[in-house]
Amino acid sequence: MRFRRNIRSALVTVFVTIGAVLFLMPTVLTISNSFMASSEISSNYGAMYSNMTNTEKTYIAEDVNLKFIPDKVTLDQYRAVLITNSDYLVKFWNSVWLTVPITLFQLLIAILTSYGFSRYPSKLKGIIFFAYIILMIMPYQVTLVPNYLVARKFGLLNTRSAIILPAIFSPFSIFLLTKVMRRIPVSYVEAAKLDGAGEFQILTRIYIPMCRNAIISIGMLVFIDYWNMVEQPLILMASDEAKALHPLSVFLSQINANDVGLAFAVGVVYMIPALLIFLYGEDYLVEGIVCSGGIKG
Amino acid sequence: MKAFRSQCGRRREKLFSSVCIIPSLAGVLVFFIVPFGIVVYYSLINNPVKKDYVGLENYRKIMDNTAFRKAAENTAFFSAVSVPLVIVLSLGLAMLLERKIPGRSIFRTFFLCPLMVPTASVVLVWQVLFHSHGTVNQVAEMFGGEPIDWLKSTKGQLVIILMFLWKNTGYSMILFMAALSGIPRDMIEVAELEGAGAWYQFVHIKLRYLSPTILFVLILSLINSFKIFREVYLLTGNYPYDKLYMLQHFMNNTFNKLDYQKLSAAAVLFAAVMILIMAVLLILENIFGKDVES
Repeated sequence: MRFRRNIRSALVTVFVTIGAVLFLMPTVLTISNSFMASSEISSNYGAMYSNMTNTEKTYIAEDVNLKFIPDKVTLDQYRAVLITNSDYLVKFWNSVWLTVPITLFQLLIAILTSYGFSRYPSKLKGIIFFAYIILMIMPYQVTLVPNYLVARKFGLLNTRSAIILPAIFSPFSIFLLTKVMRRIPVSYVEAAKLDGAGEFQILTRIYIPMCRNAIISIGMLVFIDYWNMVEQPLILMASDEAKALHPLSVFLSQINANDVGLAFAVGVVYMIPALLIFLYGEDYLVEGIVCSGGIKG
Repeated sequence: MKAFRSQCGRRREKLFSSVCIIPSLAGVLVFFIVPFGIVVYYSLINNPVKKDYVGLENYRKIMDNTAFRKAAENTAFFSAVSVPLVIVLSLGLAMLLERKIPGRSIFRTFFLCPLMVPTASVVLVWQVLFHSHGTVNQVAEMFGGEPIDWLKSTKGQLVIILMFLWKNTGYSMILFMAALSGIPRDMIEVAELEGAGAWYQFVHIKLRYLSPTILFVLILSLINSFKIFREVYLLTGNYPYDKLYMLQHFMNNTFNKLDYQKLSAAAVLFAAVMILIMAVLLILENIFGKDVES
C-alpha cells in the first residue's frame, strides 16, 4: 500500500515537472536566445525572416532551428537595443508613461470608492456596485466604442489621455478592493471612533493599512494587464503621428518581422519590470488572486 | 441634545462615505455609461447626419454581414473550447499540487510565470515553434507526420488555444488551490470512513464546494478569452488567416472605415450577449451553490 502510494506520488511529480518545464520554456528560450549574436540568429531563424519579407531564397537555412544554448554568448543584441538604436527605449518609456499613471490613479480611485462602498452599505450603493460588476465583465470590443466617442468629443484622440483616462476608472480594482474592505471587522472602526477618529482618519489609519497587501497585489495585477495592452492603442491612437507614442507591447509585433536579430533582447528588456515585480512580490500576487475569487463575497 | 449631535455626526459620516464614491461614479458615467447610451442611440439611427430612426435595421444588417459573422463565430468557437479547457487543466493541476510532493511552491511559481511574462516578449518563440519549417513540424516529420503551416491553416486555432492555456492556467490554478484548501477536512474524512471512493468524493463533495470558484474562473476566463486578439495580433498582424479573424479585428477594421452604425450595433449586441451569459451563470449558481454557501 505504502509502496503504491509512493509510486503514484512519484508519477505525479514527474507529470507536474514536465508540465512546469513546458510552461517555463518560452520564457527561458527568449532569455537564452537574447544572448546570441545576430549572425547566429539569422542562420537559425533566417527562414522565418525571409518568409516574412517574401524575398525568395535569401535565407541561409531552410529550417527554423530552435536553440536553447547560444554557440557564443554575447551582449550584442542588448548593445543594439539599449545603446545603438533608440527606438526601443523610446517605446519602452511610452509603455511606462501609459502604465504607471493608469496603475497609480486606478488604485487611488479604487481606495476611495471601495471605502465608500464598504462603509455604511445602502441599497443605492449596492445597485451601483452591481452596475460596476456588469461593466467589469464587458470586453474591450464593447467598451472601446464608448471610449472612442468620448475621446473624439473631447479632442483626446491620438493622445495618451485617450487611453489613460478611461483606464483610471476601470472598475476591476474597485471590485477586488471592496471585497477585501468588507471583511474589516466593525469592532476596529468602533474602537477608533471611541478614540475620537473621524471618517477620514478611519480611512487613512485603519482601512488603508489593513488593506496594504491587497492594494499592493491589485496594483501588480493592474500593472501587468496594462503593460500588455494591445487593443487600446490600435484604436485610440491610430494616427501615424500617434504611433510614435505607442507602447512597446504593440511595437514588438512589428520588430519581430523586421529585426529578428534583436527581437529576443527587446522581449527580455520588456519583461524585466514584470519579472521584477513577480520575483519581489509573488506572495502578494497569489494573495491578490485568491482575494479576487468569487463574484459575491 | 447629545443624541441630536451624534445623529448629525452620523449623517455627516455617511455623507463622507458617499462622497468617496463620487469621483469614480463621475468617471464611469462620463467614460462608459453615457457614451454607451450614445452607442445604443447610434445603433438605432441610419446615419449621424440625418439621424432617422430605423429600428433594428442596423442589427439586421450586421447579422447579415459576413465579416461580422465570421468574426463572431471564430470568437465564440474559441471561447467555447478554451474556457472549459482552462478550467479542467487548472483544476487538475491544483488537485495534483494539493498532494505533498517535493517543491510544491516552485511548481506554483513556474505555472504562474506566464501570467507575468508579457505575451509580446515571448511571441517570437511561438512563431519559431509553429512556423511551417519550425520546431513542431520538425518533430512531427521525425515521427512521420505531415508538416502543417500552423498559423495559416485551420489548425491556427489550436495554436492560439495553447497560447491561451499557457497564459491563463496559472491564475485559475491559484484560485482552485485556495478553494481546495478551504474544503473542511472532516467532510473528506467522514466520506473516507464511509468508504467513498476518490471519484465519489470528487463529484459529491469537492465539486460542490468548488462550484462558486468554478463559476468565477469561468467568468474570468471568458473575459480573458476575448483578449486572445492580443496574441493573434502579435502573431499574425491585422489580417490573419480566416479562422483567426476575431471580433476585435472586425471592430478595428470598422473603426478605420468610421462606420459607427455597424460598430454600435456590434457593440450593443456583444454587450447583450455578455449580460445574458452572466445572468444564466448567476441563476445557475443560485440553483447549485445555495446549500454550500452558508
